[in-house]
Amino acid sequence: MTDDVVSSDVLTGRVWKFGDNIDTDVIVPGKYLIRDLPEIAQHVMDGIRPGFAQECGPEDIIVGGSNFGTGSSREMAPRGLHAAGITAIVATSFARIFFRNCINVGLAPVECARAGEIEEGQRVSIDLAAGKVVILDTGVELSAVALPEEIGEILKMGGMENYLAAKLSRPTGDIS
Amino acid sequence: MGMTIAEKVIARAAGRDVVDPNEVLWVDVDLAMMHDSSGPRRIWPALDKLGVGLRDPDRIVLVSDHYVPANDLLAASIQKTTREFATEFGIEKFHDAQGISHTLMIEKGYARPGMLYVGADSHSCTAGATGCLAMGMGSTDMLGIVTTGRTWLRVPSTIRVEVNGELPFGVTAKDLILTIIGERGMDAGLYQVLEFVGSAVEAMTMQERSVLTNMCAEIGAKAGVVPSDQTTIDHFAALDIAVEAGPQSDDDAVYSERWQYDGAAIEPVVARPNRHDDVAPISQLGEARINRAYIGSCTGAKYEDLAMAAKVLKGRTVDPGVLLQVAPASRAALRQAMEDGTAQTLMDAGAHILSTGCGACPGIGSGLLAAGEVSISTTNRNFRGRMGDPDSSVYLASPYSVAAAAVTGHIIDPRELLGVSV
Repeated sequence: MTDDVVSSDVLTGRVWKFGDNIDTDVIVPGKYLIRDLPEIAQHVMDGIRPGFAQECGPEDIIVGGSNFGTGSSREMAPRGLHAAGITAIVATSFARIFFRNCINVGLAPVECARAGEIEEGQRVSIDLAAGKVVILDTGVELSAVALPEEIGEILKMGGMENYLAAKLSRPTGDIS
Repeated sequence: MGMTIAEKVIARAAGRDVVDPNEVLWVDVDLAMMHDSSGPRRIWPALDKLGVGLRDPDRIVLVSDHYVPANDLLAASIQKTTREFATEFGIEKFHDAQGISHTLMIEKGYARPGMLYVGADSHSCTAGATGCLAMGMGSTDMLGIVTTGRTWLRVPSTIRVEVNGELPFGVTAKDLILTIIGERGMDAGLYQVLEFVGSAVEAMTMQERSVLTNMCAEIGAKAGVVPSDQTTIDHFAALDIAVEAGPQSDDDAVYSERWQYDGAAIEPVVARPNRHDDVAPISQLGEARINRAYIGSCTGAKYEDLAMAAKVLKGRTVDPGVLLQVAPASRAALRQAMEDGTAQTLMDAGAHILSTGCGACPGIGSGLLAAGEVSISTTNRNFRGRMGDPDSSVYLASPYSVAAAAVTGHIIDPRELLGVSV
């Protein structure tokens, strides 16, 4: 890893690039949904780039176009990508359920209008709190949408389960 | 300033007088649904880990529809877990292999005008046909909802979709919504709500309305809503449920866009394989041969869909080179089709009747496609590999068009078999 990673708000990694409308049926085909997470993680993106799961490494980052994660609500899509080593997805826009699912499983969804300028194989760093993506190879800085504070908190805690564990352990049991 | 239906429902659920699009708010959820794939097997371990139970089991609907009937031991074990969960947590609104969740939410009268309803499935938006705000989410969001009764959401802006005029005979809600998606693109409604109004929508039955709202998922929308009216009231009255008309959008409500369509100008269409927004009128499609035909799913196998198919199939037989399979969306749909002869017509024509449930639509159940097979289907998605092998192909169409293609072996305007001059 480079020495750019200094806080949990900043993620750095190598980019795998995909196009528009990447759907959850190609991320995790329905036939794998009956399987366990470790097996599902071996097959992510099988529908569009067979062998991807074996090539991608820990802390890699996916860059996509518009409507990333469209289709079914299957949470195994972001869970599978996360388990395969992906830490963030930078896209021009996200399908809304996929976006929520990413936050809930601790995988950072980063909305960035200029995501198309990032090339496969480049290294990027993402400052989640500041809403900033930097292409480390070129120094180009792209602005991104920062998450609302409380929603960012869910992501920072590693997902909704951890968030609920903290909230539900309060005496009132109330959320938010 | 006026508010839309979606804004009114969210304001009420957030305890606010007004809300503005793009605000992020926490809301109370009136009703939640999960199914065998998204529900107990995913959230039960987390409940145990958190050491909590369900906040209000009466506000939860649980449906086994994805892995029914179990066709291997893992599926059987998922079914067992689902049943045990219903018993353990006292969920009375549990439906085991009685139909597809989205169909049951309307058929059983669970989703009601003005409710804020969340289902753990992307097609939960279907229930918006009853005038509620119905949204799909994932399993862990559902975990939060069933334990706390609340969730967060970004207030969506609303697109007003006005369809006036009368849909011609042989043209359905499916043709209309596919036409809209084809023209606008699969992400045109991203994060927003589609509100369907106009005389063509008002004239639709509850089942046809639910096709419009179901396929709001296919345009990226958070929800689709049909304002409640007399058809809505009558739907609930037939179930012996008294409901009041739900919220209506104010005359001075602010819409992000207004889309207008002439219902009379809509014609039978298909979405070509791999992209549900690659839509073409059948009249301009050219030669398209098929060897599989599927009438199934929450959007395409309700009673009225089976009846449409029967209209085409009456006195005809399925092409010998085609396998036509029918998976009714609910037991009630099949029962009604049995009672009035619709099922007999389908079987006489050579249809293979499958179990009720999600079936082949999500690529899980019976009726999957092999490499090289070409299907025409009443379902809602045709992403690559969705219904089987990545090298199979799926055209999406109305029940009329699927039945017509099953008879001829290629895609034709179903009105040619319905005795209508085109």
